[in-house]
Amino acid sequence: MSFEQVLLMRNELVLVIAMLIVLAAEIFLSGNNRKLVIPIAVGAFAIATIIAWFPQPEGVIFGGMYQTDTLRQIMKNVLNIGVLLIFIQSMPWLRKPEQNFQMSEFYLIIIATLIGMGFMISSGDFLMFYLGLETATIPVAALAAYDKGKRKSAEAGIKLILSSALSSGILLYGLSMIYGTTGSIYFHEVANAWGNTPLQMLAVVFFMSGMFFKLSIVPFHFWTADVYEGAPVLVTSYLSVISKAAAAFIFMIILFKVFPTSIELWKNVLYALTIITITLGNIFAIRQKNMKRFLAFSSIAQAGFILLGIIGGNAMGMTAVVYFALIYIFSNLAAFGVVAAISNVTGKEYMNDYDGLYRTNPKLSLVMMLALFSLAGIPPVAGFFGKFFLFMAAAKSGYYILVLIAVINTIVSLYYYLLVVKAMFVNKNEHPIAWFKSDWATRIALIASVLGIIAVGLISHIWEYINAFSFGI
Amino acid sequence: MDILTLFVVIPTLTVFAIMFAKNLEQTRMISAVGMTAQLINAVRLIIAYYDERNAGNTADFLFQKTYVWFDSLNIEYAIGIDGIGVAMIALTAVIIFTGVFASWTMEDLPKEFFISLIILATGVFGFFISLDLFTMFLFYEVAVIPMYLLIGIWGSGPKEYSAMKLTLMLMGGSAVLMVGLIGLYFYSAPDGGELTFNVIEIAKVHMPIEAQRFFFPLTFVGFGVLGALFPFHTWSPDGHASAPTAVSMLHAGVLMKLGSYGAFRVAMYLMPEAANEMSWFFLILVTVSVVYGAFGAVMQKDLKYINAYSSVSHCGLILFGLLMLNKTAIDGAIIQMISHGIMTALFFALIGMIYGRTHTRLIHEMGGLLKVMPFLSAAYVIAGLASLGLPGLSGFVAEMTIFVGAFQQNDLFHRVATVIAASSIVITAVYILRVVGILLQGPIKNDKYFKLSDATWFERVAVITLIVGIAGIGMFPYFLSDLIMDSLHPIMDHIIEAGKPALSQVSL
Repeated sequence: MSFEQVLLMRNELVLVIAMLIVLAAEIFLSGNNRKLVIPIAVGAFAIATIIAWFPQPEGVIFGGMYQTDTLRQIMKNVLNIGVLLIFIQSMPWLRKPEQNFQMSEFYLIIIATLIGMGFMISSGDFLMFYLGLETATIPVAALAAYDKGKRKSAEAGIKLILSSALSSGILLYGLSMIYGTTGSIYFHEVANAWGNTPLQMLAVVFFMSGMFFKLSIVPFHFWTADVYEGAPVLVTSYLSVISKAAAAFIFMIILFKVFPTSIELWKNVLYALTIITITLGNIFAIRQKNMKRFLAFSSIAQAGFILLGIIGGNAMGMTAVVYFALIYIFSNLAAFGVVAAISNVTGKEYMNDYDGLYRTNPKLSLVMMLALFSLAGIPPVAGFFGKFFLFMAAAKSGYYILVLIAVINTIVSLYYYLLVVKAMFVNKNEHPIAWFKSDWATRIALIASVLGIIAVGLISHIWEYINAFSFGI
Repeated sequence: MDILTLFVVIPTLTVFAIMFAKNLEQTRMISAVGMTAQLINAVRLIIAYYDERNAGNTADFLFQKTYVWFDSLNIEYAIGIDGIGVAMIALTAVIIFTGVFASWTMEDLPKEFFISLIILATGVFGFFISLDLFTMFLFYEVAVIPMYLLIGIWGSGPKEYSAMKLTLMLMGGSAVLMVGLIGLYFYSAPDGGELTFNVIEIAKVHMPIEAQRFFFPLTFVGFGVLGALFPFHTWSPDGHASAPTAVSMLHAGVLMKLGSYGAFRVAMYLMPEAANEMSWFFLILVTVSVVYGAFGAVMQKDLKYINAYSSVSHCGLILFGLLMLNKTAIDGAIIQMISHGIMTALFFALIGMIYGRTHTRLIHEMGGLLKVMPFLSAAYVIAGLASLGLPGLSGFVAEMTIFVGAFQQNDLFHRVATVIAASSIVITAVYILRVVGILLQGPIKNDKYFKLSDATWFERVAVITLIVGIAGIGMFPYFLSDLIMDSLHPIMDHIIEAGKPALSQVSL
């Protein structure tokens, strides 16, 4: 294998290097210098993110186990940007005294999972796919249990590891059927040998069930709310945004590339689950009072919207999913960023704590409002464009009724997003959260998110760029 | 920069300028200057429009500009305007101008108020200049969402409930509408050409009738919610009653017209066969709106509720005229849009000013106001007379034209609908005269009211501007009618042409 071929894995390689740098810093820094780990980690990762942006040739290595092309690179870049924002947001949190003994772990674990996601997205066969998936999942359980002292956090870790073990089991069972019936684990060979026999249909169902766990599609969502609530805010935002986007990307690629002939099966499954997921996610979200749980349930509904892009099996849908994921990352990270900033300073996490927030902290409230409007799909912020194009992608394949149901659900979601806006802007409060100055890291992350929320929609080149490389069945 | 884009740019710049304002003084000065500029631009547009027409330009839409936005989806920022649009733009410019003066003494969070108000107006202007359904829809939603904050923060009464109800119902309407627009897009090239959102392009193609049957109701109801179509009008009384003065003015004056304009320009124009086929069903709903709104107004005791229900009735008349599907009635419907826009804005402005003095909106607690504030009271009487259709004022021209047009449909169904709808004129007289009698005449019921002052200079600016509009349309309707008629011909030919074969099949 030549050096050029190794370089095809550039994204993963630079992440490994970044990880090693963090590890070395952790070993060699001691005493008061230990806090330097934070800027070193964020800096190393920022450089890795930038390097990954440079254009790269397409290619296949390891005999087809690993492949890369521009679309997959875009997907990885989308994830990298999101993680970078989370890293910046994490700086004030990890600098707090109670986190002193565990700073580098946060970065190490997240970069490790990101490497797993990179391999998963680039996988050319089911073995690499599974390895990537597990690398991306198992360390996250450690992250969820990051607040070791807190009962809920530990519970979140256990719940995550158990439910993901179960879903991996189901997924593996499906993969074994695929291997048993086709004699291969390579994507293109499986696709060629695919005959839609009953056993193979069952394999697709098992495969999808495993993926639905990761995507927290109803009825595979039960772990979501507890894990999201128990985990620290930034871990929750990582779980709800990055892991979900990565799972959605590879799910879409495999459905389009390996199981295109089973579309009659999976489109019906997706049709039903989209409706259930969006509706139930919304109904549960209405009742939530804790901001983290609230965003968790709203993210279940958002995952349902992603399925709208997949169901049509067309290239426009693929573009819309990647585009929506990018917008969703900015919007959700802005919302979580505000929640994290407030929770860091005041420890308050409930919706009625936000009453009258605009009068004391106008800028944070505005960021939150923009983020929520983007999540709800209100123009002119980017969420509108993301949702509109997802609906168009589904409508392109004729799913007008499904689009109608989804669109009516956006109104339900608008209701609960407006509840937060109402709390901040309309409600009166004798003791609102006092004015505080957020530190520069939070501000940078929030400004970057807001710029993303505004720019990604209005600047059409981003859509066009993704669209140039996406493919349908 | 072209004259149409300026309509979006001026308010946007005003919003940015307000962000740097230091106090109420500066905020309202910037708003006033910005909206005066907007008004001047509207006058410029009318002159330029007439110049073009007189120079022999017979294109359907003038001042067209197209910039590609999302290339692969063929989404464009396409603008252009015809006579109807010019009239609507002028109306909007007048009302937002007066709305700024009506909010002159806004104390609580003035910057945020004026920013939200002007963002709302930006959406309205953008909607009227757009020829591309995507941008049109985008501006439409931009016009709706600031309402939540405007009513929620600065409203009165059960404002949180009203704001949520209004926002969710209107966004629900726009959600249904979105499906209709996406449907229009995917059927815009049945022969395999490039799909488009452009209104002019879609009007050229013949959409399959099955598709029209599915998407026409979605689009019409989607816009109809904003146009107070029964039974989706319930947001209107609560919303208008809770909203602050300028917002009620803008909302009843312009935003509700967005609904009827869209129902006409998008739903009926682009899906004419379905419009002909289904008009009877919506005509029933609309007739109910007209009469129900009028009766609703009779029963109310709160000035704002009276006017809100009256708006439901009058906006029902707009849709009624549109659904009659002939030139005279539609001409009347569009004059009614303008006429009702100015008239209801005047009403809400006056109610706001009266409320600011008496601190009550219940008519039974007031009386004899004509003695203490003659200017405001006289203006109220003028608005009332316009509302009940006194000749010489705008309401007469509009309603007369609508009903003359409606009587041209000589089958029994349309006759009955017309007779029922026309009865609303009598009911309107009942509630208007009743309010005038109780509110303005008779003894002064409260000693405090003797000390009340009449209108201040900024209030007079607002009121006089609007009265000039009402009387102007009433006395010189041909000016407006000509403006509209020229643009109406191609649209009407399109709709009536499509209706000819279909009409003979429908027997009622």
